[in-house]
Amino acid sequence: MATAVAQPVERENYLNKEYGALSWLFTTDHKRIALLYLASITFFFFIGGFFALLIRLELLTPVGDLVQADTYNKLFTMHGMVMVFFFLIPSIPAVLGNFLVPLMIGAKDLAFPRVNLLSWYLYIIGGAIMLHCMLTGGVDTGWTFYTPFSTAYTNTKIVEAGIAIFIAGFSSILTGLNFVVTIHRMRAPGMTWSRLPLFIWAHYATSIVQLLGTPVIAITILLVAAERLLHLGIFDPRLGGDPLLFQHLFWFYSHPAVYIMILPSMGVISEVIACYTRKRIFGYKFVALSSIGIAVLGFLVWAHHMFVAGISVYAALVFSLLSYAVGVPSAVKVFNWTATMYRGSIHYDAPMLYAFGFLGLFTIGGLTGLFLACLGVDPHVTDTYFVVAHFHYIMVGGAVMGYLGGMHFWWPKISGRLYPEGWAKLAALIVFIGFNLTFFPQFILGYLGMPRRYYQYPGEFQVLNVLSTAGATVLGIGYLLPMVYFLWSMRYGKPAPDNPWNAAGLEWQTQSPPTTFNFDEEPVVTWEAYNYEQLGEFPPEQEARGV
Amino acid sequence: MSDQAAASVHAEAHAEGHNPALLHHFAEPEQQRDAASLGMWVFLATELMFFGGMFCAYLIYRLKYFGDFAAASSTLNTALGATNTGVLICSSLTVVLAVWAAQTARRTLLITSLVLTIILGFGFLGIKGIEYRDKFVEHHVPGPSFSFDSEPIPGHPGQFANPNHAQIYFALYFIMTGLHAVHMIIGIGIFVWLLTLAWKRRLTPEYNTPVEIGGLYWHFVDIVWIYLFPLLYLIDKHK
Amino acid sequence: MSAHSTSSPLKTYVTIWAALLVGTYVTYRVAFLDLGPFNAAVALTIATIKATLVALFFMHVKGAGDKMIKVVVISALFFLMLLLVLSMADFGTRAWS
Repeated sequence: MATAVAQPVERENYLNKEYGALSWLFTTDHKRIALLYLASITFFFFIGGFFALLIRLELLTPVGDLVQADTYNKLFTMHGMVMVFFFLIPSIPAVLGNFLVPLMIGAKDLAFPRVNLLSWYLYIIGGAIMLHCMLTGGVDTGWTFYTPFSTAYTNTKIVEAGIAIFIAGFSSILTGLNFVVTIHRMRAPGMTWSRLPLFIWAHYATSIVQLLGTPVIAITILLVAAERLLHLGIFDPRLGGDPLLFQHLFWFYSHPAVYIMILPSMGVISEVIACYTRKRIFGYKFVALSSIGIAVLGFLVWAHHMFVAGISVYAALVFSLLSYAVGVPSAVKVFNWTATMYRGSIHYDAPMLYAFGFLGLFTIGGLTGLFLACLGVDPHVTDTYFVVAHFHYIMVGGAVMGYLGGMHFWWPKISGRLYPEGWAKLAALIVFIGFNLTFFPQFILGYLGMPRRYYQYPGEFQVLNVLSTAGATVLGIGYLLPMVYFLWSMRYGKPAPDNPWNAAGLEWQTQSPPTTFNFDEEPVVTWEAYNYEQLGEFPPEQEARGV
Repeated sequence: MSDQAAASVHAEAHAEGHNPALLHHFAEPEQQRDAASLGMWVFLATELMFFGGMFCAYLIYRLKYFGDFAAASSTLNTALGATNTGVLICSSLTVVLAVWAAQTARRTLLITSLVLTIILGFGFLGIKGIEYRDKFVEHHVPGPSFSFDSEPIPGHPGQFANPNHAQIYFALYFIMTGLHAVHMIIGIGIFVWLLTLAWKRRLTPEYNTPVEIGGLYWHFVDIVWIYLFPLLYLIDKHK
Repeated sequence: MSAHSTSSPLKTYVTIWAALLVGTYVTYRVAFLDLGPFNAAVALTIATIKATLVALFFMHVKGAGDKMIKVVVISALFFLMLLLVLSMADFGTRAWS
């Protein structure tokens, strides 16, 4: 391990191998591409967050006094579109996945490095088109752009937004393709399927969803654009079309899409919990298979978004039952992570704090999903803030916490620097408090009847809305802190040892940061995953790190 | 791995005479070929889902508006559709011959097969163009100039098709065959590129992955048409 | 790793090609016979046979050492069927209510 010297002689690594913009813009190194993605998705996170801020500001008062109704429609639409398509769906796979998948399996790069770069460029082009769309008027249909409003009535820029998402969708498909082929074909000798880190299993499952689901929304967008431009009638009831056909096609992708958002995060949590409890994940096989189970079952439940839309009650029964089934593999994971902690040697560092947050918040989010899957309850809470709270608990309380936990956990590997542990713990706490303050009141609001996507509400809901907005401010601060100290650490942070956490996994056997081709020699794996009984304890110098 | 180490490994590999087409992150040519092949198959799976969404829309509306769809379909030129099916089947033969020729170092056959494939591809597009022009002339192109009045429903004398429902048929017809045609154009582009590779003697028995995976793509586009033809052209022809 | 010995002899290729053309002709002719509700079923069955022949022999799925290819094909078909069948669970049962 490198010693804690202030300015060591820097070894050659993927960051300092070449300098200059072109060396980044034309790179095929999966690690550099991961950082390109990191910068871009962070940018879009701020854009989406900006819209969220405006929404919460409007909702401070019961009347619509900050923006007009049409503008408010645009705000929640753009918040959703940007956060879903340009932040959450790429986030962990494109940043942590791209960086770590080859390292974790002992490969020099992904199977198709140039396709990987193409993936990023497609994301940028889609993002640029979306930005232009937003700056020149935006969209007001909700991120779900239901027909016939989106095809026949709205005057906003549906086609342009559709093109942006279509292109970004291809970015997602190509990433999934790369991961599947890489995991099948590029594993180092001895790295059998049952020795793979659960992070890899999670990304494999995610890739299946990306590959099989995204094309369906691509064709749906095409149909919407054609309908809008040519007044075709495919989704227009006045011309014999069925708006529910749109919803079926839309949700066939968009429900599995939420599993694209959560599965990678679950992969992170497995890695973090194993390291910070110094134990092999309990029930490894079950957790691995649960990832695949979630991916497959996730394709069977989409019409639970349509219970009150007009589908037949028999279809609703089927989808309700299937929606209960899809909760099972997620529950298996939560139980197994908890069981892992039993009699483990738990270390409460920042990544583990995020993992704890994930466990609690994802569980709440998942359980409230069961309320929504129940045909008796759903008509009461659908299209209310109950739903909004439910999916934010999973996507923010789950996915984003996992993303932040993962960024902290692997930051030494990515940057070669340690983040300041004290500030990180504080930020994690602020995020947790801010998150709950923002979204827990929304469960209550929804149950009491406050509809979503409205810019005004009955006066008796104001207190809870004010709490929610206050929480959002706290949450925002919690998000800003890591941005600041990560950037700070790149210049002033303590240089990181190759394996600061004494963690299991091939990625920790390389340099921090790794060289361009990752490994000096091709690794040969002869040990099981999470061999913490061999590795032993957390390094003592990390225990001593404080504020 | 430091630059020096990487360079020396690379030099070693060259000294052993490894295939110059081997990319640095693969250990062996076999691994590279298998990765490319799996990658193309996975891509085709996404394409299946892409077309599949439209097949879903088509299925639902055909069941709902069967008579109107039959009436609309009967205005298509079935003979041209069947001919196009034959053209694509022949092109699939030329493709598989090209792959075999590359594997067995038959350069003349390889180039001939690739050229024939491209010609057949253009033939398909030409026939499609004729069909599209016919539809345009008959005002069956969905949009402002669409008209489908007083068209009888096959097998139901005295009943006329609902123009709105017929427009849905034609919308799906144009989008499905249009998307298929776009894929054909891309396929022709790929085969022109393969032709240049073959001309420059870059396709050998040791390295013919491009023609193999280009062939997979072409066959997939053929399979899509194999389904499009009966679904779009052959509704209630017996009435 | 699969051995790259997927070059079937020419005879197989030409036979399959002929079978595909015959299948097309049969599909065309049968469409003009009145089989009641089975016209579509027959046409799609022949189409599926043709597609299978192309996949097995022209795309070299038969004899391919790589099991993953079969897994990929079957998975894709499975998920497409999910889309079609479960959508029909709604559209097909609306009239029942």
